[in-house]
Amino acid sequence: MSLEIKNLSVSIGEKPILKDFCLTVPKGQVHAIMGPNGTGKSTLAKALAGHPDYTVNAGEALLDGQNLIGMEADAIARAGLFMAFQYPMEVPGVSIANFIRAALVARLKEGENFSATGYYKDLYAKMDELKMPREFTSRAINVGFSGGEKKRCEILQMAMLKPSYAILDETDSGLDIDALRIVAEGVEHMRGPEIGMVVITHYQRLLNYIKPDVVHVMYGGRIVKSGGPELALDLEERGYGWVEKEFEKVV
Amino acid sequence: MSDFPAVNSASVVAEAAFAEHMASWPRMPAWLAEAKREARKRFAELTMPTRKQEAWRFATVSNLSCDGFTLARGEASLAASVEPVVTCGGCLDFADDFHAGGKPLDPELAEKGVIFLPLDAALRAYPEFVRKYLFGHMPNLGSEKFEALHMAMFRSGVFLYVPKNVEVTLPLAALHEAVRPNAGLFPHTLVVADENSSVTLVEVFRSRDANLAHFACAASDLVALPGARISRRLIQSWSDSSLAFHLGSSTADRDSSIDSISLHLGGGHVRAEEHGRIVGRGGNVQMHSLAVATGSREIDQRTLQTHLACDGKSDLLYKNVLTDKARTIFAGLIRVDELAQRTDAYQTNRNLLLSPDAEASSLPGLEILANDVKCSHGMTTGQLDADQMFYLLSRGIPRKEAEKLMVFGFFEEVLSRMGNEELSAYAGGLLEKRMGAAG
Ligand SMILES: Nc1ncnc2c1ncn2[C@@H]1O[C@H](COP(=O)(O)OP(=O)(O)OP(=O)(O)O)[C@@H](O)[C@H]1O
Ligand SMILES: [Mg+2]
Repeated sequence: MSLEIKNLSVSIGEKPILKDFCLTVPKGQVHAIMGPNGTGKSTLAKALAGHPDYTVNAGEALLDGQNLIGMEADAIARAGLFMAFQYPMEVPGVSIANFIRAALVARLKEGENFSATGYYKDLYAKMDELKMPREFTSRAINVGFSGGEKKRCEILQMAMLKPSYAILDETDSGLDIDALRIVAEGVEHMRGPEIGMVVITHYQRLLNYIKPDVVHVMYGGRIVKSGGPELALDLEERGYGWVEKEFEKVV
Repeated sequence: MSDFPAVNSASVVAEAAFAEHMASWPRMPAWLAEAKREARKRFAELTMPTRKQEAWRFATVSNLSCDGFTLARGEASLAASVEPVVTCGGCLDFADDFHAGGKPLDPELAEKGVIFLPLDAALRAYPEFVRKYLFGHMPNLGSEKFEALHMAMFRSGVFLYVPKNVEVTLPLAALHEAVRPNAGLFPHTLVVADENSSVTLVEVFRSRDANLAHFACAASDLVALPGARISRRLIQSWSDSSLAFHLGSSTADRDSSIDSISLHLGGGHVRAEEHGRIVGRGGNVQMHSLAVATGSREIDQRTLQTHLACDGKSDLLYKNVLTDKARTIFAGLIRVDELAQRTDAYQTNRNLLLSPDAEASSLPGLEILANDVKCSHGMTTGQLDADQMFYLLSRGIPRKEAEKLMVFGFFEEVLSRMGNEELSAYAGGLLEKRMGAAG
């Protein structure tokens, strides 16, 4: 069981971003992806999630064997992939409670009923864990949320939807120190044999809370180096300059 | 088909229909008969609107002759016993302009001097008092010919008076139903809130049978005396083959406020005019509207915010959602008199297009003669936001469902101002039904 990305090439308009991208995340593991700005990390996340602006020119993305490429975004999500957005969208007029409820209702199997009481119990418990006040349930999605509140809300959605694979795109950016710990604990709490995670981050500090099994360094639309958690420390110390040389080797 | 056969008679605009109307009202006060005859004359003299007139730009004018609609002659047999749409302190139910039932006014309110009566009954009980206010204001935004017709032909409607310092906590309600095939209705609404009083009036306008065609020429005149607060909720749900005029006026005196929300969910061709006037210092008029234009419906909206006194505030928000081949026209003007310093006036029109064949026109305008004012107008016409859509899809919500969430999100800004959960739920249900029927 794994999320297996094989030779993925993705472009935006005419511009190629991901080139022959390969990555396998076995279920139960947490992989971190680091890499300089503009290298294609969010492109990877959005292309996998089925964003219509991203054209997949070649390759496959297999979620436990099911190819996600070509599927509609909503079907990809229901197949078990979750993406926490780097920049979550504001959706005026749609409350968090109705939003998450609709997402759960869409996952009901034939003959299953939705329990509103069970739903709110679960929702409130998860919000408590993330230290989100109850009134957030009636607020419109991300409208007027602070940067940190938006990120917490992404984790809340992940916790409620229980995906089998999750890609967290810079969920740590914009969080204050306490929020970082709360969010990281939330993620750690979900960690287990039932989920595989990809954590995209610029900061080693997140990885103090969420110990990754593997760290990948991305450059120029590819993974150029993979290693253990010590790789993140290395990057922190040496920056990305040396990665460029690694990149030349790969190409 | 309706259980009630059509009544064969002349078209609602014919002289014969007027004569029949006058004959059917025994002991009409002489002043009213005179006013009606004059109105009838005015109607005959005024020309039919043409698209060349600014007030009718972009509008369809070809179907305004009202051919085929006959005078509504409601009677007790048309009564339908239905529960009011909200928990209320009293309800007037009309069937084809005939007061056919409802719920009597809470005796406590009656004791405090609140008058809540069918207009014809109020004219019998308090002729001179009603006369003082009747037809004090009309919107005058292009439908003068139909205002005249309304005045000539109105038979009943709502009369609501709230005495000084009386606060009516529960809403009062009215139901105006068109019943017989091709019935032409002229419901009139007159609300006078005396100094420092407050009241909410909820009015539902609908066709009992959605398969029949009706004509409605409704007018309302809301008058807030100093310090008074009026909330008015209008829920219009005529059949898809109906022609309807809703001609509204709100007049706010010193430190008073009028908050009106209109939901236009039905009708084939709807002309909605709304004129808010600030006539006393610090008056406040809120004009909100939500229109669902589905099928081939045309909703033609003309508004005016007139500031005649200083320190006034007016806020207009008209939101339209369009599907299929529907059309909406919004033309709004803010007019600030020289004397109306420190006016705050806003006007916003937002149109959401859900079909490439739908068409929304927007004509905003400002006319400001005072120099110390805050005024703005804005309008947007667009489709559902693609990024927002992707966000909802990315959580596994199917496209149709995501669309529905976003459309209701668009409504929410107006629905959330209803100030009554029962009413919001009722309106939400109607919206869902109307949207569900859209292509
Ligand atoms: N809609 C778009 N149109 C054109 N170029 C785009 C678009 N979206 C992204 N790009 C470009 O694609 C490249 C990769 O962007 P991406 O967002 O994937 O980078 P990233 O690795 O996530 O960067 P960061 O660390 O800053 O978040 C960048 O050069 C970016 O400018
Ligand atoms: Mg990024």
